[in-house]
Amino acid sequence: MSKTQGLLAPGSYFMMGNFACVEAALMAGCRFYAGYPITPSSEIFERSCSRFPQAGGQAIEMEDEIASMAALIGASYAGAKVMTATSGPGFSLMLENISLAYIMEAPCVVVNVQRSGPCTGIPTLVGQGDMLQAKWGSGDIEAIAYCPSSVQEFFDLTIQAFNTAERFRTPVFVLADQVTGMMWEKLRIPPEEEIEVVNRQTMDPSRKEAPFDYSRDFNPMPIVGSGCRVNIDGLTHDSRGYPSTDHTVSQGMNSHLIGKIRNHAREIWKWQEYMTDDAEVLVVAYGSTARSALAAVKEARARGIRAALLRLITPWPFPDEIVQKLGNKVDAAVVPEINFGQMVHMVRESTSCSVVGVNWAPGTPIAPQTIIDALEVVSSR
Amino acid sequence: MTQPAFDEPGPAVRTPSHVRDIMIRPERFPNIWCPGCGIGIVLAAYIGAMERSSTATQKHVCISGIGCTGRAAGYLNLDSFHTTHGRAIPFATGMAVANPELEITVIAGDGDLSTIGGNHLIHAARRNVDINVIMVNNFNYGMTGGQHGATTPLGARTHTSPYGNAEAPFNLPYLVAAAGASFVARWTALHVRQLSAAVKRMMEIEGFTFLEVISPCPPTFGEFNSYPEALDMMQYFRSKAVVDPNADLRSVGVTARPEDSLVVGNFVDKRRESYQELLDLLRARASERRQ
Repeated sequence: MSKTQGLLAPGSYFMMGNFACVEAALMAGCRFYAGYPITPSSEIFERSCSRFPQAGGQAIEMEDEIASMAALIGASYAGAKVMTATSGPGFSLMLENISLAYIMEAPCVVVNVQRSGPCTGIPTLVGQGDMLQAKWGSGDIEAIAYCPSSVQEFFDLTIQAFNTAERFRTPVFVLADQVTGMMWEKLRIPPEEEIEVVNRQTMDPSRKEAPFDYSRDFNPMPIVGSGCRVNIDGLTHDSRGYPSTDHTVSQGMNSHLIGKIRNHAREIWKWQEYMTDDAEVLVVAYGSTARSALAAVKEARARGIRAALLRLITPWPFPDEIVQKLGNKVDAAVVPEINFGQMVHMVRESTSCSVVGVNWAPGTPIAPQTIIDALEVVSSR
Repeated sequence: MTQPAFDEPGPAVRTPSHVRDIMIRPERFPNIWCPGCGIGIVLAAYIGAMERSSTATQKHVCISGIGCTGRAAGYLNLDSFHTTHGRAIPFATGMAVANPELEITVIAGDGDLSTIGGNHLIHAARRNVDINVIMVNNFNYGMTGGQHGATTPLGARTHTSPYGNAEAPFNLPYLVAAAGASFVARWTALHVRQLSAAVKRMMEIEGFTFLEVISPCPPTFGEFNSYPEALDMMQYFRSKAVVDPNADLRSVGVTARPEDSLVVGNFVDKRRESYQELLDLLRARASERRQ
């Protein structure tokens, strides 16, 4: 089967965000999907079941999200690029095995189409309540996440998520939301040569090197069946992969897992600035809320407020230097989120300016006017 | 502070002191298991079956959950995985679908596979995913000090059932057969040859295969339930085990009481299409649809 068999031809399409995510996964080389239906991510699962077998892959339905996440890691170690998609409650169920993927250094992509919560909440309506759960929900880990604001970006960032997962040998999140997931927009699928695809380094079984060399950031991955005969463990493990309670080993392993991401955070960060040069107030937003924020900044400018937008494309690892640089130049920052205050804490921690949260989470997007009201208040202080 | 083992890859060339050392990781021994435990016997049976299987050792994968038996995979010189509690079966399912050439065996305990992981057990049997599951049943959670679970007999005493267990246990061969497994067997840690033969048969079958191995656990189960010494439960197996491959599975529940018999045997061995075979057919249909 050729590499492009079953892939969409380059060109312009009118597509739902959740569908674009699936097409991107196939373009990135993903051929294994394990999932469990949950609104508003189910279109990703359904389209995967339709499209993956056409491209020589498999999309399977597991008995719950715990099993889905476990299956991903097993398939990842079999050499496949793997993905699942879920939403709030399903994401909570996945967290333990996300930490297993992290400690086993198994590349995988987990898409979370966030909905109104907590708990079952309002499954059909938008929320952004899993931002901190993605970072701290699995314990003491370093996370990587992308937040798309459009259908095109859902496509582009899904490919990017695979490339980052493969390079860093770690789970990578796409933290979308119900608006970007279910919205239909124009999508451009670029020709194959324009799409960068990164593949993991695999361990050469004839070279008897330590599979977990903690003195370096990246180790090639031992793929099952290739003759590496490596023990892969969810317990804290030494350079051979053997369980250990030695505190030097533990500190070394955890420093490696954290460090391989933190040491390269600047290469991972993605953000977008709008009118930040002369700004006095800064809006920091992400996901679908960034669309409202952009409209609000434009309207505020028309009213004479020197507002600007910083759109976080990678909430994790948090681009603290960027927020610090821009935040320290303005009088105040406004952080609109469809939750009751999550990324606002990261912004506050990173800047010396006054930081105000705009928190609206009844299941609808934040209207530009709500952000404009906040900008008017903080700019008149 | 002791020195870390950062610069110590496993020995490239082994000098076996035992003929089977090549199949294990002798540098990890002594193992964690208590005197009188049956898990080592199960491990030897698995190694014996692997040696006689037609699949190259390189294609064998062992996946464990958490607990005493959860440590089994890590002692084997294979691609081995020590996963999260109860999740070895879905982990194996993903791996088996992604690479059908592998011969994947899950070795885990009763608490791991039938209590916290019980949902995965029945669904894997229902799908008939081509993996082998060896469950070491010692009637309790041993590693955490002896608590009751879904296999603890009614009335049995553990640290969380000090006045006797108020829950009826699963009859696992009946449960897994009803869920659709291609092969279902039960043996004890005394039946070493039957064990190894059963595991070899499991490796031959395309489909979900399940083996329950009743094992002694002197310190955390036997101590409080009529079998305090290592050999006490082995004596029970010898005197009360009844080999009956044609047994009515409704009646093979285990009481573990010295006066009651214990039915063992290869109960189910049937052929039906495996999950991977059905997925291949599905993929062929998808390919036609696209053209």
